[in-house]
This record gives sequence, C-alpha cells and structure tokens, in this order.
Amino acid sequence: MPNVLDIRRRIRSVRSTQQITRAMKMVAAARLRRAQERVINARPYAEQMMALLRSVAARTEDRSHPLLANRPVERILLVLVTADRGLCGAFNANLIRAAQAYLAEHRGVEVSLLAVGRKGRDFFRRHRVRMVGEHVNVFTRLEFAHARTITAQIIELYSSQAVDAVDLIYNEFKSILVQPLKVERYLPVRPIEPAEGQVLVDYMYEQPPEEIFASLLPRYVEAEVYRALLESQAAELAAKMTAMDAATNNAKELIDSLTLNLNRVRQAAITKEIIEIVSGAAAQ
Amino acid sequence: MVMDLPSELEFSLVTPDRQVVRESVIAVSIPGKDGYLGILPGHAPLLTELKPGEVSYTSAGITHYLAVSEGFAEVLPQRVIVLAQASERPEEIDLSRAEEARRRAEEILRQVESEAEREEARRALERAMARLEVAGRASRP
Repeated sequence: MPNVLDIRRRIRSVRSTQQITRAMKMVAAARLRRAQERVINARPYAEQMMALLRSVAARTEDRSHPLLANRPVERILLVLVTADRGLCGAFNANLIRAAQAYLAEHRGVEVSLLAVGRKGRDFFRRHRVRMVGEHVNVFTRLEFAHARTITAQIIELYSSQAVDAVDLIYNEFKSILVQPLKVERYLPVRPIEPAEGQVLVDYMYEQPPEEIFASLLPRYVEAEVYRALLESQAAELAAKMTAMDAATNNAKELIDSLTLNLNRVRQAAITKEIIEIVSGAAAQ
Repeated sequence: MVMDLPSELEFSLVTPDRQVVRESVIAVSIPGKDGYLGILPGHAPLLTELKPGEVSYTSAGITHYLAVSEGFAEVLPQRVIVLAQASERPEEIDLSRAEEARRRAEEILRQVESEAEREEARRALERAMARLEVAGRASRP
C-alpha cells in the first residue's frame, strides 16, 4: 500500500518537471517565430541562386570549371545538419537514422562527414566514419558568418578534388507540424532540363567565364548552406515546441492520475480508521 | 523571319536576407563590373558580375532607383535576376552611416600600405559612394 506522503512527493516532483517543460515550450515558441521569419526571408535568394546556377550549368559550353565538371563520383562529402541540443522529440534521431541509411547506401564510395550540430557529431564520433570537420554550438546565435566558415571548408575540399560531390542532409521547415527530411546534392550543380523544343543558348559573358564562375561558386554554396542552417533551426524549434507540449500534457495526465490515487489511498486510510474505531467500540 | 520580342521583363532583385523587388518592368539598368548595362525586353542571355552602384528600373512609367553592393546578374530575354549581397531603396539608406563608412575607407586608403587592406577599403568606399549617390534619388516619371 503506497502511503499518502510518498504520493504527495511524487506529485510535487512531476509538477516541477511540468513547469520546466512548459517554460521550454514557451521559449521554443518565441524563438521559433523569429527563426521562421528569417528562413522565409532567406528563401528567395537561395532559390534564385540555385536557379541561376542550374541555368548556368545547362547553358555553358565550357564544362572545365569544377563547379560544372561531372567527375566520376568516388568520394563524397556528406554535410549532416543536426541540432546542438536534445529534448526535441525524434528530430536528431531521424537525422542520424537518415545519415546511417545514406552511409549504408553508399558503401562503395568513400564518404567523409562534415557534422554541423553537436548531436550528429557526438553520434558519429563513436562510429567508424571519416569526419573531416565539425561545427558545434552554431545554433545558439546563428549568423551568416557560420555559413561562411562552413562554406570555406566545403569549397576547399571540393576545389582541391578531395571530394567529387557534396550532399547535404537536413530538416526543412514546412510548418510547425511538418518538417520533411531532405537529402540534396549541392555540388556538382545539376543542370536544368530545357522544356520541349527549347534550345538553351550560352550566355554572353561580360567577364571571362572562369572569373565569374570562381566568384559565383562560394556565393552559391554560402547561400544554400545558410538557408539549410536556418531551415534546420526553425525545424528544430518547431520539433522542440511540439515535444515539450506533449511532455506538458503527459505531466498533467500523470498528476491527475496520481491525485486520484492519492485520494483513494487517503479515503481507504480514513475508512480503515473508522472501522477500527467502530469495531473497537463494539468489542467493549 | 520576324522574332516576337516580349514587351516586358520579369525583374527580380534578391539579397540574402530578403526579396527586394519582384515586378514586371519595361527597362532595367544594372551596374556591371565593366560598366553600366541598359536592358530592354528580348535581350540575349547574359551573365555578369556587379560592382556596387545604382540599379534603376522603369515600370508603369515611373523609374525607381536602388543601391546595390557586389553581386551577379543573369539576363534572359524575358527575365532579369539580380543577386546582390545588399540592396537598399533611397529612403532606406542611412546617410550618416554611409558618410561615416566613406570617411573611414578614405582614411584607410590614405594611411595603410598593405594591399589586401587597401583592396578591402576600396570596396567599402565603392559601396558607400553607391549608397550616397542613390540616397539623393527620388522615383520619377
């Protein structure tokens, strides 16, 4: 028979946990609003940049530039964007599972990992994966400068031909409830397919093409990485909000059932005492 | 053979933090790295880098002005896309900040010897000059 004091103590502890989860939910909701705004504002540039690059890839006849060269893919750089912190439901677990599936799928090629976010790094550090770089604690104060550092590393690996392709795994932010996981190839750039009967003419270049491509490449990767980071941050906060909301509700249910239990036990104790008194009196 | 030339251009100007313009226009002028380019509908495909300067576009009979910093532009017969690192409309430009940036850049150019720093300052100066120039502009017919 559980005693009344023990149950009271448990209720108190569940209630304080509930206060914490509720506070975390509020904080996530407040930060989400800002993150959402940032990602929505960053999308047009990243999308136009992607469109421009794909158009360039389709039109240009000079395919010698690394940006456009389709080398046989023997080594891939996989950029995995996870969160720095947990308590956001299955967010990180899903990303890590997707990365593992990716690794299993690409067993024939050499995959190196660039981990953005503590969770992904911690997981794959314990596994046999070639880790070429890690960027943790970027999400507390996410700036364009972070995208720039990550980009510098990607460009270095790609231009020196240490890798032949660059893929990215991250969570896209669709809405508070939907954050689809994305696996995308960023380099080499995939050319657009011309519509039926359309001929894509090469550009007139105001500057020598190599010059334009050389300055376009980092801008492109930068824009896409920045967008992916913002998407991931918004998705993480949305996942955290949902998870903390569920935790708060669970705590409430738990408190309700414990309270019911408490009352039952209290009742039982009172009933027992009355019976004792009554039977004591009857015995005299 | 007579080619059908489109009569309007889809003009969009984006920066990493927002979409600045997305409009149907009849003419656009952009600051190419090697000089200003005037673009009318039906232009041949062209790709250029931009230097800091003034973008202007005409829609519904009114010409609008914008300051841009470094970037790229893709010109297609029916579309012009400008991807710039930063861009402001005249009323958004902070005059005192631009003035301050110009003074600082000139100061560096006078005193500093290292070529890398001078290059950086030269760019900053170009950006500041572009802003100052555009700040005085008003949209007009």
